[in-house]
Amino acid sequence: MENLNDVYNELIMEHSMNSYNKKKLDKCDLCKMGKNPNCGDEIEIELKLDGNKIQDIGFTGHGCAISQASTSIMIDTLKGKTIEEAREIIKTFIEMIKREITDEEELKKLEDAIAFRNISNMPARVKCALLAWHTIEDMLKEQNNNTQK
Amino acid sequence: MNVEDIKKDFPLLENREITYLDNGATAQKPIQVIKAIEEFYEKSNANPHRGAYELSIEATEEYESTRAKIAKFINARHPEEIIFSKNATESLNLIAYSYGMDNLKKDDEVVISIMEHHSNLVPWQKITKATGSKLKYMYINKDFELSDEEIKNKITDKTKIVGITQVSNVLGTINPVKKIIQYAHEKGAIVIVDASQSIPHMKIDVQDLDADFLVFSGHKMLAPLGIGVLYGKKEILDKMTPFLMGGDMIEYVYEQETTFAPLPNKFEAGTQNVEGVIGLGAAIDYIENIGYNKIHDLESEVVSYARQELSKLDYLTLYLTPNVQNHCSVISFNIKGVHPHDVASILDSEKVCLRAGNHCAQPLLRSLGIDSTCRVSFCFYNTKEDVDNLVKALNKTYRMFKKYINK
Repeated sequence: MENLNDVYNELIMEHSMNSYNKKKLDKCDLCKMGKNPNCGDEIEIELKLDGNKIQDIGFTGHGCAISQASTSIMIDTLKGKTIEEAREIIKTFIEMIKREITDEEELKKLEDAIAFRNISNMPARVKCALLAWHTIEDMLKEQNNNTQK
Repeated sequence: MNVEDIKKDFPLLENREITYLDNGATAQKPIQVIKAIEEFYEKSNANPHRGAYELSIEATEEYESTRAKIAKFINARHPEEIIFSKNATESLNLIAYSYGMDNLKKDDEVVISIMEHHSNLVPWQKITKATGSKLKYMYINKDFELSDEEIKNKITDKTKIVGITQVSNVLGTINPVKKIIQYAHEKGAIVIVDASQSIPHMKIDVQDLDADFLVFSGHKMLAPLGIGVLYGKKEILDKMTPFLMGGDMIEYVYEQETTFAPLPNKFEAGTQNVEGVIGLGAAIDYIENIGYNKIHDLESEVVSYARQELSKLDYLTLYLTPNVQNHCSVISFNIKGVHPHDVASILDSEKVCLRAGNHCAQPLLRSLGIDSTCRVSFCFYNTKEDVDNLVKALNKTYRMFKKYINK
């Protein structure tokens, strides 16, 4: 595979092994466990809101470098955003992985998470990169359902 | 016959420049197997047991003569003790439903090893729950083996069924199957042997083992995907009720009642995977032509070399019995601090194919305190050069991760 170093780059490796986002929050508003039984990856994401704004996110659990780094970088990207902005970023990330979006301008809002754009060259690892994003997507969906009730 | 000549029989190994070390998942196929299937479709294809015309009779003969060949291959007394299935999983489900469901009573016990593949584990959870019986496990010791003590502690007068894999698909541990069978029989239990990981590597003699049931998949022993075998003692199979109902497994069908065909048809409902059976026959011919002694010699040279070279890598954790005589083909390991899926991806970039994950043995891995491993598994066509490629690729992986690994 020619693109190995595109995927296992400095940023991803650093986040996967020594993430400052790997922590329990003192108090959280939303919490969800994401699992990938096939590889045994399990991550728990905790999220603290300040009104409509994402104040803090932390994660715990274990998994491969791709899933750990993807979770950590996702947290960097989403922290400080509103729920609506976060939803848009999550959608863009998932579409980037599926190669439905390639427009550079549009991808800019992903900030560092753009590092995962080449993961589609490693089809076996796509689900690792998506685990945290799908988990937080579901988490925000549930939040939406609850507030509408 | 040297290994270079043997390799030439395997078109995939010639066509792809890879180091294929995932034989425990499935083996590559020799040209003789591929040709046998092609020839069947070009010259003999018809539905066995159905037509009165020459072609169908020929197809029936090929199908039934392969059954006899398999019986001889594992030294079964009668050809009708060989039942074709789609794989070991289906064979095990057949036993669980047709034997387990009818013979287990409340408070009876089913004993299996913690090494079992999910296919010899999950069906027993279902059947023991349905019958009110209990599922118990034989655990492994620090050498990744079953001790005599553990076997005797778990198999008791309450035990009715014992399920045991002959070779662990994660650890490569060879289990003392003959001893377990002898002991289980003393206690009045029947024994099911999962030979999926053993039959590609060692001679199986069901009479010598005195196994009540023995199952395996064809595709791990050079045959096509989708063909499997169930061996059962005739007197046990005769008493069992059918598993799948349909065509060819019946005698007379009335509106409300049916009588069933005798063995082996009773357990072979519907049109069978005849090309798979033909391919399996050719795979057996291929194995017998090389001979298990030669296979053993070729494999043990390479596997010993792999044990030796992997042991030198101090960044690896090996899940491997130190007792060479109890080990076969499979080696599981982890790079400390690196997830097996990352290892597999980086090895893939070096064209080294291995398996990473839980290997359909989650309870075993949980008992070892891990949730996945890297696993290499060898076939007689593998060489020391394959091991060198593996080690080179592992070194590369370790170099990539070294500076990031948490100290």
